[in-house]
Amino acid sequence: MSMRKQFVTTIESLLASDEKMVLLLGDIGVHGFKNAFSSFPDRVYNIGILEQATVGAASGLAMSGFIPVVHTIAPFIIERALEQIKLDFCYQKQGGNFISVGASYDYAALGSTHHCPADVGTLLNIPRMEVVLPGAGDEFDKLFRQAYNNGNPTYFRLSERLNNESYDVEFGKANVVKKGGRATVIAVGTALKNVLEACADLDVTILYYTTVAPFDAETLRKNCASGKILLCEPYYSGALAADIYAALNPKPVIIETSGVPRKFLEAYGKREEHDKVLGLTKEGITDKINKLINI
Amino acid sequence: MKKKINELKRKIVKVSNRAKEGHIASAFSILDIMWVLYDRILNINPANPEHPDRDVFILSKGHASLALYAVLAEKGFFHDEHLEKFCDFDSMFGGHPDHKKIPGVEASTGSLGHGLPIGVGIALGAKIKKAKNHVFVIIGDGEANEGTIWESALLASHHNLSNLTCIVDYNHSTDRAVLMGDLAAKFKSFGWGSEIVDGHDHEVLYEVLNRKGNKKPLAVIAETTKGRGVNFMENNPEWHHKFPSEDELTQILKELN
Repeated sequence: MSMRKQFVTTIESLLASDEKMVLLLGDIGVHGFKNAFSSFPDRVYNIGILEQATVGAASGLAMSGFIPVVHTIAPFIIERALEQIKLDFCYQKQGGNFISVGASYDYAALGSTHHCPADVGTLLNIPRMEVVLPGAGDEFDKLFRQAYNNGNPTYFRLSERLNNESYDVEFGKANVVKKGGRATVIAVGTALKNVLEACADLDVTILYYTTVAPFDAETLRKNCASGKILLCEPYYSGALAADIYAALNPKPVIIETSGVPRKFLEAYGKREEHDKVLGLTKEGITDKINKLINI
Repeated sequence: MKKKINELKRKIVKVSNRAKEGHIASAFSILDIMWVLYDRILNINPANPEHPDRDVFILSKGHASLALYAVLAEKGFFHDEHLEKFCDFDSMFGGHPDHKKIPGVEASTGSLGHGLPIGVGIALGAKIKKAKNHVFVIIGDGEANEGTIWESALLASHHNLSNLTCIVDYNHSTDRAVLMGDLAAKFKSFGWGSEIVDGHDHEVLYEVLNRKGNKKPLAVIAETTKGRGVNFMENNPEWHHKFPSEDELTQILKELN
């Protein structure tokens, strides 16, 4: 199931079981939630296209004992309402959920206004913020149910992409997908698909991170004997580097990266066309892992 | 009543003088409104500041924190002596109010334009719960430059938040940057009830803030004087963020006696 469809199913189910949940849609996903609108008219709102006040109001709902779920396209919730997330939720220790669609350049054809590869790196700079990147629909369901009412602000980054298979994921924990000796590959969210294909026959460890904040340092420490890391991220490259260095300190480590370069993607087309230009393909990862292994 | 207000103002300038910090003129601008709210309007209990049935007050223009601190202390939310540590490294009381530290402070404000959206959320939450809490928010006229104020105005009107009152401290400090013009008409055009009052007249403030049975969110445009009560401070931009020297403190205390 796509992440978006699973999102509707999961939220509808929790609206029914948890009367503290309030859903605020930024005028997207409205048709998908038509049943929720009729079943829970007091707790499901098409709040409109005013993201900053929406996040502020969501904080007020949290202060009143509700669990807000705010949903719109990634740049509009994270970049436009960043200060509200920082101050009204993170600083003031309020719990709430921010669920985006349009990961990085999922909406390639819509252009740079609708791209948001900076979201994860930006949020990693905000204390108390939790950041979750599922790689499959049912992973979203598991992760959301584990974290949605934990009293912290949590960002769930939905993507149009899906990994080939899903894993038994746990909030705050990385999965050890495969063990090997020559390098450790960290695959975040939907980056796992290419990593699995590129590393199928290689003697490397693959760690799959669906939660990047809080960062599971322990799993990395236990699975990085080689001191060589290929960091594969589906957003602006290198956001996790500081966490990796901190986790392994004082052990020396070589980090190679595969992620979105920090530039505006000014072409349109399909996301796969951008992947190719940016080297974010199976072949691109094969090149990088082979170079890393042979250093 | 003027005696009480002057007493609070004297406390504020002494605290500011000691800490070498504070937005005194902004505090004096809203002190009459704050006192009427806390003395006669708000359903609050200092012994149980988080009682679920309480009315909620948010100081959206957080830099006027000294007015809030002085009034909360006077009402018994904490002891006066704590205020003497205003802005010390380990104080609960900073330049802007922090609701995770100070009993009775409902939201941490400081960056302008945050308190009213939070107030909208609390008012909406009360409506969902069918609870009777009323939410009061003070914003500044400069703060009304912020887009979130007008986003909030749209939301409050659309969701019929008749349990929300926004008081605009209209001391015209933003006139030098952006003329806000007829704020009562602006809120009215957004679907609110609105009324212009003298923000230093306690009886007028009491009448409008105590009104029951509002059918819409209410904007109270309070015409105020920044630095009210101290001749050389009134409408003097120099005093927006300035602590009084010893000589100035003596002069201010003399004026406030």
